[in-house]
Amino acid sequence: MRSAVYTIWYRNVLKYFRMKSRIIGSLGMPFFFLVIIGFGLNSAVEMPGMEVNYVNFIAPGIVSMSILFSSMFSGVQLVIDKQIGFLKETLVAPVPRLQLMFGQALGGATTAVIQGVLVFIISMFIGVNIPGISGILISLLFMFLIGLSFTSVGIAFASRMEDTHGFQLIVNFVLFPVFFLSGALFPLDRIPDWLSFLTYIDPLTYGVEGIRYGMLGTSQIPPLVSFGALGGFLVAMLILGSFLFNKIKV
Amino acid sequence: MELIKVENLVKRFDSVVAVDNVSFSIQEGEIFGFLGPNGAGKTTTLSILSTLLEPTGGNAYINGYRVSSNKAEVRRSIGVVFQDPTLDEELTARENMLIHGQLYGMKNSREKIEELLQLVELYNWKDKLVKTFSGGMKRRLEIARGLLHEPRILFLDEPTLGLDPQTRNHLWDYIRRMNTEKQVTIILTTHYMDEAEKLSDRVAIIDQGSIIAMDTADALKERLGGSVIRITTPEPTAVYNKLSQHDWISRVTPHDNFVDVTLNHAEERIVDVIKTVSDNSLYSVSLRIPSLEEVFLHYTGRTIREEEAGAKERMRQKSRVRRR
Repeated sequence: MRSAVYTIWYRNVLKYFRMKSRIIGSLGMPFFFLVIIGFGLNSAVEMPGMEVNYVNFIAPGIVSMSILFSSMFSGVQLVIDKQIGFLKETLVAPVPRLQLMFGQALGGATTAVIQGVLVFIISMFIGVNIPGISGILISLLFMFLIGLSFTSVGIAFASRMEDTHGFQLIVNFVLFPVFFLSGALFPLDRIPDWLSFLTYIDPLTYGVEGIRYGMLGTSQIPPLVSFGALGGFLVAMLILGSFLFNKIKV
Repeated sequence: MELIKVENLVKRFDSVVAVDNVSFSIQEGEIFGFLGPNGAGKTTTLSILSTLLEPTGGNAYINGYRVSSNKAEVRRSIGVVFQDPTLDEELTARENMLIHGQLYGMKNSREKIEELLQLVELYNWKDKLVKTFSGGMKRRLEIARGLLHEPRILFLDEPTLGLDPQTRNHLWDYIRRMNTEKQVTIILTTHYMDEAEKLSDRVAIIDQGSIIAMDTADALKERLGGSVIRITTPEPTAVYNKLSQHDWISRVTPHDNFVDVTLNHAEERIVDVIKTVSDNSLYSVSLRIPSLEEVFLHYTGRTIREEEAGAKERMRQKSRVRRR
């Protein structure tokens, strides 16, 4: 018997590729960040103790940003499914809810990673360092970890919400601090202690650092530490998402 | 064979009793209709039977499986068409069917999907996005989808709500065809009298959470004492005296200028009635066959429309309170 995980994943991916305008549209912000902030600050910012220039430095951060945004917002599908009633159709099927939740999480993560890969490719076209095969694989691994964990966060929020506007407001409220505190735009040393503290408790920091290691071959947090921290966050979010998804009433 | 058995089912929401000690059983192959106003507890009962709600008390068995403890088997045995649409409108008809088939663990659903889409006359639309469909087409697609995994029982919650009369007639044909061609047992809920009467083998009238009468539509109407023959005459007393002597007449009620005669098999007896009073001068004779509306009135003392208005008023008051 084919698992419902596959079915729900398939539906999400199918819908993603059907919405070409959304794919293109959501590349806009990462592209402008990369080009305007990257090149704009390139000459003004010197990266102390690093071999790389600023565009190269923030490219992993912008890849992370696009994955973060599209994975969190993919949770809106669950809110929509409540509204259009499709959720009922899946809940009355003879499959465990856990499978539905995992399918949804994997579907959202997959589309988010595709989004991240597109930004990854764009960044190389505008002059960012091209990594080797192992670098690419490491980057992909961290992209997937970011995607899956923040899709789970999105599902956790969506499980408790009934309207899409409310969902977007809440997600925006969380997204921006998570992104700006992550060290996507600035190096982790030479910042005030209070900021440093916030940076180290931001799970995205470890994702950015992991991808940075993959893309540039150098990072401030050792890749295994990043992997451990992000992996732990992923497990916690999967549990939280499953728990709240399980409590949805229709 | 008994496919559905419900014993003393109770569902309480806080202080409101939505389903109040309901018991019934449904035979294989039956079309069973739940008739009642909005808020009577029809949808709540269906939600319990389809495992989406836990009952507060009582037992329900579907296809031999207990609803509250054997959810997977119950779900496999039933197809559900909810009151509100549950289609993904951004996908095509075929994709909606395909996803359903996969969720129910079907390995090869392609042929079955095409067969069902043909049955509900949507085959030519199979690769069109559902958002381009009319209300009637969506309902047909949902019915076809509900039958894809070959359930033994199909639940239809208000299947023709909001559809125009022509589409409703059309849909009733499909539902009957599913029942006869696919041997599917059907439970439907409705607040339309004609729908309950034309489709169902048996009707349960449900009001305020309780079943107040349950039988075939004809038998329910018979229980009222049959049809009414109204004789308009200048001499109602004389007519009354003659008719009230016959035991095949259930009831005679004299009025100012007419007499109401209530009796079973009125179509056949109307000639006898006229013969009995043929010496008297008569203006006109009319026959009225009672509808389920009268049955509902008889058992609840209200018409179903009054009930609806009442429910709406209650809701309005509730939302007013909430706004404050």
